[in-house]
Amino acid sequence: MAIEVRIPTILRTYTDGAKAVEATGASLTALIDDLEGNHPGIKDRLVETKDGSVDLRRFVNVYINDEDVRFIGGLQAELADGDQVVVLPAVAGGAR
Amino acid sequence: MLTIDQATYDAIVAHAKRDHPDEACGIVAGPEGSDRPVRFIEMVNAAGSPTFYEFDSTDLFQLYKDMDERDEEPVVVYHSHTATEAYPSRTDIGLASEPNAHYVLVSTREHGNNEGPVEFRSYSIVDGVVTEEDVTITPTEQEEST
Repeated sequence: MAIEVRIPTILRTYTDGAKAVEATGASLTALIDDLEGNHPGIKDRLVETKDGSVDLRRFVNVYINDEDVRFIGGLQAELADGDQVVVLPAVAGGAR
Repeated sequence: MLTIDQATYDAIVAHAKRDHPDEACGIVAGPEGSDRPVRFIEMVNAAGSPTFYEFDSTDLFQLYKDMDERDEEPVVVYHSHTATEAYPSRTDIGLASEPNAHYVLVSTREHGNNEGPVEFRSYSIVDGVVTEEDVTITPTEQEEST
């Protein structure tokens, strides 16, 4: 069994238009690496390297079973078979 | 072109005026592929700022989950500028992530919380390219009473 990852419209160019794909990994980092293997380029849209450490991009939200990963360990958040991962870009902007 | 009914247009303007001088934000959902904005949803500006808006991440998740269950998509993504014109800023363009949506900007710089006309403009924002589009306001359809 695998983990279902729901892909937002803006990133479906990496998944041949698929709204959801399957991936594996025991942590979010591992899952993103697995995604990258099948959908090259997607990793760079999800994470960034800042001051030598890799983190989720500020305006990308990832949820594991309805919970924002920022509250459950970020990229270190643990995953198990059957979990559902949802990726949603932030809806944000402003005059600044 | 964006076609929007009067009641929804009025609701967006009212929200922008009410939240002035902070930016107001929200979406209007519609059936997937229909390009019809029918379900007006005010969102809380988690940034609570006169120069920035952001949907709260938990609200965002719930919003997309609801739309998914209803086979809807965000047809309009709106926000207000409270001291500048109703034109997408560099931040707006950089963060725009719904290539199929109409990005509506309302400027409340003229009358703030008070009565009076506002700038109400619509754009598509795809891969950093902004294209302004016409806005057509249609009379609100009344529910037939029996």
